[in-house]
Amino acid sequence: MALIRDLAVQGAQMLLVLVLAPLLLGFTRKVKGRLLRRRGPPVLQPYRDLLRLIRKEAVIADNASWLFRSGPYMIFAATWVAAALVPTFATGLTFSWAADLIAITALIGSARFFLALVGMDIGTSFGGIGSSREMMFASLAEPAMIMIVFTVALVAGSTQLSNVANYMQMHASLRVSLGLALVALIIVAVAENARIPVDNPATHLELTMVHEAMVLEYSGRHLAMIELAAAVKLLLYVSLIACIFCPWGLAPADGTLAAYATGAASYLVKLLAGGFLLVLFETSIAKMRVFRVPDFLGIALMLGLLGTLLLFVSRSF
Amino acid sequence: MAGQYFDIAHMLAGGLVLLSMTLLYQDRMFGLLNVFALHAVVLSTSVAWQGHIQGAPHLYITALIALVLKAIIIPVALRRMVVRLGIHRTIETVVGVGPTMLLGMGLVALSMVVMLRATATADPLAREDLAFALSVVLLGLLMMVTRRNAVSQVIGFMSLENGLILAATGAKGMPLVVEISVAFSVLIAFIVIGVFLFRIRERFDSVDVAALDAFRGERR
Repeated sequence: MALIRDLAVQGAQMLLVLVLAPLLLGFTRKVKGRLLRRRGPPVLQPYRDLLRLIRKEAVIADNASWLFRSGPYMIFAATWVAAALVPTFATGLTFSWAADLIAITALIGSARFFLALVGMDIGTSFGGIGSSREMMFASLAEPAMIMIVFTVALVAGSTQLSNVANYMQMHASLRVSLGLALVALIIVAVAENARIPVDNPATHLELTMVHEAMVLEYSGRHLAMIELAAAVKLLLYVSLIACIFCPWGLAPADGTLAAYATGAASYLVKLLAGGFLLVLFETSIAKMRVFRVPDFLGIALMLGLLGTLLLFVSRSF
Repeated sequence: MAGQYFDIAHMLAGGLVLLSMTLLYQDRMFGLLNVFALHAVVLSTSVAWQGHIQGAPHLYITALIALVLKAIIIPVALRRMVVRLGIHRTIETVVGVGPTMLLGMGLVALSMVVMLRATATADPLAREDLAFALSVVLLGLLMMVTRRNAVSQVIGFMSLENGLILAATGAKGMPLVVEISVAFSVLIAFIVIGVFLFRIRERFDSVDVAALDAFRGERR
């Protein structure tokens, strides 16, 4: 009986991230529209877009290999698993032993690997340019992410997200290393989700696009998978930041229904706050040139490294 | 409670190291001046906090001197100087931003290693303060080496001096007289450097110190 309940809670979490991801995207688009003094698309528009794409016929180039057809599903699967592992409304779920920060980084990394691969599959020049740029950013964003993981793991004494969240709830204090890790994680999140200073999610301008260039050849259900994966990835980063740096309201391991409800409500509030702050940041900054992005990501790498170094002279060492 | 005190001191000193890295990263004159002013503000907060922890009221005076002199007077004067020299454009650096940051990280790591070995028996508060102070000093030196513009070299020098003050407050024992005289000697040095800047500009039509090397026949 207990096992069934645990599995049900874990299943609820997996469904929750899938259902909320397009909502977060719609919310950010709406807020962005309002901040730019436009009306903005309806909040539910991403759901409608996904439905429309799924119903449409998928047009595939003649020289596409099996990789091109299976790529979107692999990207979506890896991203969804990663997002489902991050504690959203409760810690200590059935599969929380697998919710390791390094494992999540690896899952996101493999999703990106497939994306770069399918970008080059058809052999158009746009796909190639997108893949090469994505890999250039990734070669800086991933070391930065690993340094952030080291900092958090050194502070909390574990790389498992449930333990990290529990530790942060218990020992909330001012730690300069954690502040540096937070800023670095935000930079990495902005770069990974192709948001504004790095890439513009709303444009198809040839010279600047990175993410859109790779998925230019996709249509129909394949495109729907990729768009959904992108939405889930945004949700993943917001919930990762929420889980590590403001874990308040998370339900404990074997919580009651009321605890889960508070957890879910606080998670929703955190998502909305995260989305709003992201849009506020995006509207107040201009897009960078592609060759300045390594400098931007270099800051994240530096902050992560500095955070780890500063820990060695802190109280706990 | 002592833990909280320590954490805040750690955060302020760590923030100073971070701002030194930001100084290395900045490539615009006014941005550089603003970050330098912030550096001084964080320094004076840190010194005041040390005064609070150690129960040493004379540290408040040091904090006040740092705030007035370095966060207000020197940045404003430098800003005027930059406007008068007409150099509020991009700064040239000798090596690029990336390698400079890597060098800076290396220096921070070096100072941590040195200080943790050298002060193994010291009080943890003084220990972390000294480690951070050494990194701020080294980063200031790095800035003076990597920049070619005389004004940014002056800022490197001033941030180095901030590191010295941080070290002195952590070590519990610098008399107030010494601090005041250091502060005023920095001010005198600043005035002298300012005069020199204008002399260099008059002579070479630029404040790029590479022009001096060329004049002495050291380059090419």
